[in-house]
Amino acid sequence: MSKIVRTVANQLMLFVLVFGLYVIIHGHVTPGGGFQGGAVIASGVVVLIVAFGSGHIKNSLRERRLSVVESSGALLFILVAFAGIGTVFFYNFLVGSQIFGGIPPTGSNPGDVWTGGVIPLMNLGVGLKVTAGLSAAVLALALFSSGEEMEE
Amino acid sequence: MRQFFAWLFLIVLMVFLVIGGFEMVHPFGEPPSTMDQYMIDNAQEETGSNNVVGAVVFDYRGFDTLGEATVLFAAVTGVLLVLRAGEKKEET
Repeated sequence: MSKIVRTVANQLMLFVLVFGLYVIIHGHVTPGGGFQGGAVIASGVVVLIVAFGSGHIKNSLRERRLSVVESSGALLFILVAFAGIGTVFFYNFLVGSQIFGGIPPTGSNPGDVWTGGVIPLMNLGVGLKVTAGLSAAVLALALFSSGEEMEE
Repeated sequence: MRQFFAWLFLIVLMVFLVIGGFEMVHPFGEPPSTMDQYMIDNAQEETGSNNVVGAVVFDYRGFDTLGEATVLFAAVTGVLLVLRAGEKKEET
């Protein structure tokens, strides 16, 4: 694409990243969560692919790193789920403790990030997983349609 | 004769099934369970999450989310397996 499109995409990616991280981290306070925030960041990667071309992006997004990030996100999710197995699988054991332990009042309230127990951690894990997974899938599709191959 | 009894048995069975099905249909407009109201009332207190949808997805129905994550993982694995050529075989 032209230089104007490339420059605008370059500047836009920062805001897309910030908004995606905001949606992931505030998943237990505002609408959104890990899936949605990860999809937002992956759409930013799509903008970069459209602007710069898949052959240029594949040098900075390696498949090995993406799969490591995705697997670590899945591992974080399952480990947090198993951490509460003293009571039951997926037990929210962090409510009332020191880490993310705040309990908001019932009903409408301004909201606080330091609440939610294990839900922020799970949002983070799912967010990492969806970001890396969708980016890898989109990049593989773009490289396939342009006749190139993904690098290890 | 045998076919007649077979048809009779089938018709009686269908009548019982249809009547039983209509008897067990839930009355229109009533919620089929009180689970949703319980979640609306107690989610903030029990999970500490303002976003009740997030509380349902990651806490009350966490196992379902694990399945969703598995589906995504399988999809990405399939895309990368099919579309990445990998080591090409030597053509002889």
